[in-house]
Amino acid sequence: MFWVFRVLSLSVVAVLFIILAFIFIKGFKVLSWDFITQSPTEGMTSGGIYPAIIGTLWLIAGSMVFAFPIGVLAGIYNHEYAAWKPLKVFIRIMTNNLAGVPSIVFGLFGMSLFVNKLGFGDSILAGSLTLGLLALPVVIRTTEESLAAVDNSFRRASLALGATKWQTTSRVVFPIAFPNILTGLILSIGRVSGETAPILFTVAAYFLPKLPSGIFDQVMALPYHLYVLATSGIDVEKSRPIAYGTALVLIMIVLIMNLLANVLRNYFGRKYKVK
Amino acid sequence: MEENIKLNKMKVIETIDLNVHYKDVHALKNVTMSMNKLSITALMGPSGCGKSTYLRALNRMNDLIEGCKVSGQVLIEGDNAYARDIHVDDLRKKVGMVFQKPNPFPMSIFENVAYGLRVNGVRDKKFIHEQVEKAIHQAALWDEVKDFLKKSAMDLSGGQQQRLCIARALVIEPSVLLMDEPTSALDPISSAKIEELMFDLKKNYTIVIVTHNIQQAARISDNTAFFYIGELIELGTTKEIFTNPKNERTQNYITGRFG
Repeated sequence: MFWVFRVLSLSVVAVLFIILAFIFIKGFKVLSWDFITQSPTEGMTSGGIYPAIIGTLWLIAGSMVFAFPIGVLAGIYNHEYAAWKPLKVFIRIMTNNLAGVPSIVFGLFGMSLFVNKLGFGDSILAGSLTLGLLALPVVIRTTEESLAAVDNSFRRASLALGATKWQTTSRVVFPIAFPNILTGLILSIGRVSGETAPILFTVAAYFLPKLPSGIFDQVMALPYHLYVLATSGIDVEKSRPIAYGTALVLIMIVLIMNLLANVLRNYFGRKYKVK
Repeated sequence: MEENIKLNKMKVIETIDLNVHYKDVHALKNVTMSMNKLSITALMGPSGCGKSTYLRALNRMNDLIEGCKVSGQVLIEGDNAYARDIHVDDLRKKVGMVFQKPNPFPMSIFENVAYGLRVNGVRDKKFIHEQVEKAIHQAALWDEVKDFLKKSAMDLSGGQQQRLCIARALVIEPSVLLMDEPTSALDPISSAKIEELMFDLKKNYTIVIVTHNIQQAARISDNTAFFYIGELIELGTTKEIFTNPKNERTQNYITGRFG
């Protein structure tokens, strides 16, 4: 019977491998220095994807700026401070529900609040806020889980020395939880960077070879650019190789983020090693 | 009144009608006892007898346990530990604690000991260095760690970690040191070292130790208290308790008939 489990488990690996191989084979032909440093030309049927890469990097940075501080502080509050159980449970359920909201709904919400109501227009600011909201539940949960993994004996030891709750949390508990929190943060950004729906109405430009000069500018972004190339470009057939190249670059960015997460986790993990 | 103050100074710790409830469980019943300055008092009794609960009531670590209610009085150097105007952080600076399982922070050896000073707002580097060195000396650990104070405390052996935890508690110069089965997670040689250390510490600190180990209580303590199902059954000098216990249950416990 056990071999069934093994086959199923390996087939998951196989699916991932097939996707990666498919995109690599189709995409690596267009990959070149020019591809990642030049703007699209001739109606996006040739040239590079430089503006979309820069746009995605802007959005990654922007959503980090919003989601990390808010999410980490909320997670610390929920796990270390919230004393009243019903409130704690309520916040947890709501956080989970937020994670379950479809990303297109986040997109519509971001459009009506940030773009229209607050008047940010289609901009990096509006897009980053929307993506940040999407990442928020993941960041909160990761923070809570990382804090929960910290042995209570450390908290007790610190409190018994006359340290306040905040000193205990900030100087002992948080540093121990930090490597795990960091990993979760970077993984959440990896997810967010590939989202299309939330940026559709809030920031993404169909074609904008100019680089942004500030947070109120529109940008191109890799996931949306991929969507455009594959469905609504000027010549879909001719753009297809570029679309695969775009997908490959997007996957590579996420992969690099994940590697970075591991490197940082190992570095901080060694610094605050718990045996 | 003046006499009263003098009396309280002699008695560094005093509890009057101390009761502790965990939700529905009455864990400690009307415990009235006191500990003299610069003495070692051992609290012994079978599991669940309330001895650890009593210990934790002295520095209010019970506050951390959900549903725990304390009534009665705990006087530390004459001040009521549960008075409204007492800050629990200040109380814990006066009443240090060492736990059953060594629990050094995942920091360097030096930073572990310096922590207590830093959270108290001490910035003076020279003073911190002096105090840390003094505390590690007091914990009889200096010779073993002096050359690698920057190394992680996690690399020390269990017995060394426990002595580091003692140094960490001593650095802020508490008047009382509570020890909750400090040797039960250690090997016999490390345990012996800690016991030896306690004799030295007695010169400067009032020590209360919870122990499961009857021989340990007999070896190290001046006074012994026997707890059973939340009650203080008998309190006396260790000599008395072990040679001529007044209560039958105490007798049965120390002769190994139960517990």
